[in-house]
Amino acid sequence: MSDATQEQKPKRFDHGRIERNVSVLLVLTFIVVSIGGLVEIAPLFYVKNTIEKVDGMRPYTPLELAGRNVYVREGCYVCHSQMIRPFRDEVERYGHYSLAAESMYDHPFQWGSKRTGPDLARVGGRYSDEWHIQHFRNPKAVVPESIMPKYNFLFDRPIRAGMIADDLATNRIVGVPYTEAMVESAEADLRAQAGQGDAAGLLERYGDKVNVRDFDGNGASVTEMDALIAYMQMLGTLVDFDSYEPTGAGR
Amino acid sequence: MGNIALIPIFGAVSLLAIMGAALARDPEFATHMWLFAALAIAVVIISARGQKWAADGALAGPRVEASGYIDGPIRAGVIATAFWGIAGFVAGVYIAFQLAFPELNFEPWLNFGRVRPLHTSAVIFAFGGSILIATAMHVVQRTCHARLFGGETLAWFVFWGYQIFIVLAATGYLMGITQSKEYAEPEWYVDLWLTIVWVAFLVMFLGTLVKRKEPHIYVANWFYLAFIVTIALLHVVNNAAVPVSFFGTKSYVIFSGVQDALTQWWYGHNAVGFFLTAGFLAMMYYYIPKRADRPVYSYRLSIVHFWSLVFLYIWAGPHHLHYTALPDWAQTLGMTFSIMLWMPSWGGMINGLMTLSGAWDKLRTDPVLRMMVLAVAFYGMSTFEGPMLSIKAVNSLSHYTDWTIGHVHSGALGWNGMITFGVVYYLVPVLWGRPELYSLRLVSWHFWLATLGIVLYAASMWVSGITQGLMWREYNSDGYLVYSFAETVAALFPYYVMRAVGGLFFLTGALIFVYNIAQTIRGRSADERPAAAALQPAE
Repeated sequence: MSDATQEQKPKRFDHGRIERNVSVLLVLTFIVVSIGGLVEIAPLFYVKNTIEKVDGMRPYTPLELAGRNVYVREGCYVCHSQMIRPFRDEVERYGHYSLAAESMYDHPFQWGSKRTGPDLARVGGRYSDEWHIQHFRNPKAVVPESIMPKYNFLFDRPIRAGMIADDLATNRIVGVPYTEAMVESAEADLRAQAGQGDAAGLLERYGDKVNVRDFDGNGASVTEMDALIAYMQMLGTLVDFDSYEPTGAGR
Repeated sequence: MGNIALIPIFGAVSLLAIMGAALARDPEFATHMWLFAALAIAVVIISARGQKWAADGALAGPRVEASGYIDGPIRAGVIATAFWGIAGFVAGVYIAFQLAFPELNFEPWLNFGRVRPLHTSAVIFAFGGSILIATAMHVVQRTCHARLFGGETLAWFVFWGYQIFIVLAATGYLMGITQSKEYAEPEWYVDLWLTIVWVAFLVMFLGTLVKRKEPHIYVANWFYLAFIVTIALLHVVNNAAVPVSFFGTKSYVIFSGVQDALTQWWYGHNAVGFFLTAGFLAMMYYYIPKRADRPVYSYRLSIVHFWSLVFLYIWAGPHHLHYTALPDWAQTLGMTFSIMLWMPSWGGMINGLMTLSGAWDKLRTDPVLRMMVLAVAFYGMSTFEGPMLSIKAVNSLSHYTDWTIGHVHSGALGWNGMITFGVVYYLVPVLWGRPELYSLRLVSWHFWLATLGIVLYAASMWVSGITQGLMWREYNSDGYLVYSFAETVAALFPYYVMRAVGGLFFLTGALIFVYNIAQTIRGRSADERPAAAALQPAE
């Protein structure tokens, strides 16, 4: 066979066909970039250890949810993780490694990517409310090495309690099992948890372990600081690890 | 600076925004809608002022470009790039100093947690996005020998629409409007606006490819297309959310917990992969051959580079979630593909660098080309460091520390920053019809200041990250942890200062860059003797 005939023979694979046709290039590119995401993400909605239910998990109370929204708004996640890795030093420093189920009601998740400050996945109950109050007012007052900003303004901002029922309702749309009663009494529950009003209904709906008190030390109004400290104090406290048993191999 | 057809479009947008402001249920939404309306009205006024009435009463058409292409929005994009670059670098230097000196936090608007997303978005989406859109418009017209599809109207809509997105996102962060997904912080209504603008961008780009007069689609356009399509896909899926009210800022994303985490980092890593890599590689594939006056090194390597890069990148997201509650198989898959990604990355780097074959001498005389080549070298360095950090054992030390921050910045400052500076230095004389830049000496000053800045930045963050990672896991002989968390923070102070100084160097270089291109646009020349021309060839 001479060189000339070889040149005439059509190449089995000719990239020219792709790069001369916009539609082919577009469709092929779209298919190629879709595969990886589909293979990795889709199974997470079906694999057992990512959708398992663990005893103790419950949706956030209205006050905790409001506090979580403050946490999101202030960008706390840029410096604090909420994801304890299964290493000796981390488990010793922060507590039991984090389970997938523990963030099942988190829209969006708050695992974080950087620890400029410590992990907060199990900060609940670790410090007193008074410590948190002093710390948010001036972090250096209680941790001299701290480089965290001050958050005095949260003490002066009343929570927008009138809107919290809509937040619960929206969470229900995206899959958080809030009941009709929880949504209806959201505003009353929010106030009750901060020590304003009867908390019996709140405890009945969310369980006896819910912290009920005036978190920010200012009984006059329910502030964003009440909400934020209520959120801090429940982080990582829902699952009882004395009775928790991991299911199967692999996490 | 606009187009007559934009007047009704942005007029309608401003009316909708005013309605939104009137019905707002929270003050932040009202503020944002008023701002949105004001920006839309500004575009209307600019578009109206750009139109001149001819003597006979007819509306004079748009200025005919000497090039025959639509270059107005590209010029605007170049200026926007310079503006947002300075804004993003200033924000970065500021938050770097905040970490060393926390007294620089001013609650609530200028606390670290609010300014940090402002910095990342300003640099990635405002600085990077502006140059990506401008160069896509420039490259696609030149390589297709066709004017932009949709004409001046669509091109100006994409430009102004994207700029409005940037301002809404940035002001939102300072007000605390965020959905907390890193690099996807803007809330639902800003996301919707970006979706509209992005679809317009895709239509403009695809339409221009369709009406091309060249039989082949040039390799740079493959990368631009992959960038536009994939960012659209990532943006829509990752930002899927249900707003609490159509007249309020807050929304809740539809995913939760582990599913949300992987969706977010599938997005996050491919914002790197397709925004900061594929899009910028497109710039490399057009502007380096252009500036060096040499063809791309290897056509075959371009094909392998393109398909392997776009296929492999999308798998790499889980390496952001090593040792978390994400299942092990997904982590391992992410790590494996991240390591494989090293190969196409370096294939692309080789293709870019070897384009200088036969023109290496230009590095001695042309600081602009030197800048582009340094960018590709930094690309090679950070695409080696990335796969290394994705190895689980390495990641167990590096994750959550400043090492990651250092890695990101060697990519962002070294690769994205330097290639952008190089491209703008090339583009400004071309777009404004100037024979040369105002000063090549200032380009050299910029080159060395930026390089020094990056070295200070990356080195200090390596030391800081490894120091803190090791301190966290240090045990004494009795089996107790040696350091409290607070002690590990205190140990980082000198590195934080060094990093901020590195940032200052980079910012100073960028200020020189802005001065240089401003003078070039004004048609000035520094009238200097060439920096290296005095050298005689060796006998």
